[in-house]
Amino acid sequence: MKGLAPILFAIVALAMVPLITSSNVVINFLVMALLIALVGQGWNLLGGYGGQYSFGHAAFFGTGAYVTAILQMRYGINAWVGFVIGIAAGALVGAVIGLLIFRAGLKGSYFALVTLAFAEVLRIVASVAPITGAGVGTLLKLDLRPEAFQFQSRALFYWIILAMVGLSLVLTRLIEGSRFGAYLVAVRENEDAASALGVDATMVKLCAMTISAAMTAAGGCFYAQYFLFLDAGIAYGPWISIEALLAPIIGGVGTVFGPLLGALVVKTLGEVTKLMTGDAPGLDLVIYGGVLILVVAFAPRGIAGLFADLRQRFGFSKIGGEGSRG
Amino acid sequence: MAELLRVENVSKRFGGLLAVDRASFVAETGRITALIGPNGAGKTTLFSIITGFQPPSEGHIRYDGVDITGEPPHRLARRGIARTFQIVQPFAGLTVRENIAVGAHLGRPNRVAALAAAGDVAREVGLGELLDRSAAALTVAGRKRLELARALAIEPKLLLLDEVLAGLNPSEIRDMVPVIRAICDRGITIVMIEHVMQAVMSLAEHVFVLSEGRIIAQGSPQAIASDPKVVEAYLGHGAASRMAGVAHA
Repeated sequence: MKGLAPILFAIVALAMVPLITSSNVVINFLVMALLIALVGQGWNLLGGYGGQYSFGHAAFFGTGAYVTAILQMRYGINAWVGFVIGIAAGALVGAVIGLLIFRAGLKGSYFALVTLAFAEVLRIVASVAPITGAGVGTLLKLDLRPEAFQFQSRALFYWIILAMVGLSLVLTRLIEGSRFGAYLVAVRENEDAASALGVDATMVKLCAMTISAAMTAAGGCFYAQYFLFLDAGIAYGPWISIEALLAPIIGGVGTVFGPLLGALVVKTLGEVTKLMTGDAPGLDLVIYGGVLILVVAFAPRGIAGLFADLRQRFGFSKIGGEGSRG
Repeated sequence: MAELLRVENVSKRFGGLLAVDRASFVAETGRITALIGPNGAGKTTLFSIITGFQPPSEGHIRYDGVDITGEPPHRLARRGIARTFQIVQPFAGLTVRENIAVGAHLGRPNRVAALAAAGDVAREVGLGELLDRSAAALTVAGRKRLELARALAIEPKLLLLDEVLAGLNPSEIRDMVPVIRAICDRGITIVMIEHVMQAVMSLAEHVFVLSEGRIIAQGSPQAIASDPKVVEAYLGHGAASRMAGVAHA
């Protein structure tokens, strides 16, 4: 299949890292970056390909995380089963929110605002509802067995999140080359024109939102297993909604590798900021904001787009140079 | 001859404005039917109603014997009704081929097949050279052709053309007329809104005239051109008799 080779290459290269270094700092850093890449890929599918800019992907992340945690802690369900149910629950939340928003015909900034509102409502509910542990939060029991989806070695966690990112890349590439992908982009570009060509725009957006929510929820499920602690601010807080959209926008919206590139850049910047300034709270967000402005102003198609432009310009300048000399 | 489209007493009200007032017309299978009328007569509104983008306030649309009033655009497209937009609506971020492929996907789930079909349609309307160009880089004439190509790509039975010749220069119009003629010759029924009378005269077999939301005349292009009601609709009340006076004097 065309276009899968670069994905395989990137994943294999990243998979080597734990063989080179056993530093927990490096592995932890990469796990977080990959987690954001996965969550960002979910956002990218709906926002980048479908043009529906969500400010509330925390709704899906948090649902995945809480469902995984609560099923284990309160109902004694196996972590792997909980993991799958968590993804399904996130997809369901995406489908329900999508149905409400798209049936009401909300687009653009209204779509963004309503998704933000849904995430905030869920955050507030989670911060008072007894089942989520309310203000205290939910602590998962430490149980370092593979059956419980917990590992002594950080490297195993790293390979698992890497595999999830790899799957999300492959899925995005397959969608890109399918009729559904073509319809999704057509809806982004011009909904009326698309529907005149037989595209059921509401259905296409709804499917995209469901898949998007499932991917982001998978990130939430992983988060719960990795950190073994959740509260309303972590699960449904705006931080994850922001990182979910920051990574693909900086990396390149509507491109397969955009979220991964963006997540690595954003997380590197965040770490560098922390190292240089000590732990000044919120300073990393200031840096993100600055980078976002630079990207939107000078490279609206992100890092991936910048690479493509440079390559094209380089190619053209060569041809142009030959021509002017001749 | 069999009729493919029948518009029955369709009205459309926007608040206090009656944009379309009990308009009725038919389009017969395999023919080119033209809908003409002064600016603001309600032609585009009528097209929007036929293609499901707006519901009519009253009246019915029948297509191939079935009442399709109020069906959404994507379902009508699947029934074989295609339209172009007066104000061109390209997918600006995509190439010409990708634009047309969105239409071609209707009967072809496979991406490669849709892209190949898009190439065939592009050549039919004279966009073969520009397949890999970005739609945003096309000229007005190119964009009009792209509208036509995308609509054709869904392989429609009925094609509604909303001023595909507007904004083109005389030589571009001369190039486009045979393209439209060829589409009709392939068996696709066409209803066209058009201001370029030269094209209406050479293409259409039957003309309906819409003025202030009402159908005021219908007939062959030659009969319509000399109809005093039509002259008055375009040039103002009394114009026909004044022109007749000038001619006699």
